[in-house]
Amino acid sequence: MTSFVLNGKTVEVDLDPATPLLWALRDSLGLTGTKFGCGMALCGACTVHLDGKAIRSCVAPLSRVEGKQVTTIEGLSPDSSHPLQRAWIEIDVPQCGYCQSGQIMSAAVLLREIPKPTDQDIDEAMGGNICRCGTYPRIRRAIHRAAEMAPERNKS
Amino acid sequence: MTRNRANKPSGAVVAALVSFCVSLLAMGLVSSLYAAPKAPRPDTAASSQAFLQVYRVFTSPRCQNCHPAGDAPLQGDDSHVHMQNVKRGKDGHGVSAMRCDTCHQAANLPGDHMPPGNPRWSLPNPRQKMVFVGRSAPDLCRQIKNPKENGNRTLEQLYDHVAHDGLVGWGWNPGDGRTLPPLTREETAKQMRIWIDGGAACPQ
Repeated sequence: MTSFVLNGKTVEVDLDPATPLLWALRDSLGLTGTKFGCGMALCGACTVHLDGKAIRSCVAPLSRVEGKQVTTIEGLSPDSSHPLQRAWIEIDVPQCGYCQSGQIMSAAVLLREIPKPTDQDIDEAMGGNICRCGTYPRIRRAIHRAAEMAPERNKS
Repeated sequence: MTRNRANKPSGAVVAALVSFCVSLLAMGLVSSLYAAPKAPRPDTAASSQAFLQVYRVFTSPRCQNCHPAGDAPLQGDDSHVHMQNVKRGKDGHGVSAMRCDTCHQAANLPGDHMPPGNPRWSLPNPRQKMVFVGRSAPDLCRQIKNPKENGNRTLEQLYDHVAHDGLVGWGWNPGDGRTLPPLTREETAKQMRIWIDGGAACPQ
């Protein structure tokens, strides 16, 4: 049995500790916002946060998250009010949308560590998140926009 | 008879000569037993030859891919720049949302092209990059002897690093689909020992 805190609530999963976290999230816990892309940590579609750091859930064994905090796209904000989510909607970033939860989860770590990122900061933080539709220019704009929105949210 | 007898050494003289010779032999034997052993002169030729063997290991993909000249790790047996725009970062562990352990676990994952792993997976930090890539054998030899460029290590600590460090040891347990260094770890450590004991000589 593996126990961890998922989006603020303690959960227990009865799976082989070597099972990738992604399958526990999607199949056992029903949170399907996190996507399977490559299964090899090559594309970023499965990105979640482990104790606030971005990880690829498709290759992280359940044993790695025992007793720790996991945040998925469903837990990024209670009402889709995270600046990134608002910026994503405002700029209409997604095309097919498959990679976008992973994109947003990586961007969330970037903005927490670098609140006003440069284009280079964005390129370095987001280089592991692939978008087959090629929405990169809008992703970049949305991250800059979210960086502007964050102080606005803090004021309110 | 008298003359013959006069020409013969007397018994006392023979005894004295024999005694003298025995004494000399004994003194030689005793001195050879008790003399301080001379330290063998460092075999610098063997030392620099041993370094050339170690150099083959250091510049193999499993070692040099994490000792790049730039600020990106390398991948594969062709030592290409790591995909996904991975960077060294301020601590050698990557940047913001692209830390080493974003993808790399504490152990290798099974299967070709799966991320390799180690609990300490990282590059040298940017203040001391310990570059292997592009270094000639004489240059790398001088570099790794220099405490300012080798993580402030003595030669013995350097030996220990190669022979026992867990992250270095990953090079000989690299997971599926990756070639091994040209020497085993034991043989590499043995060559390091010859190199150090021979005076850590550098090839010309």
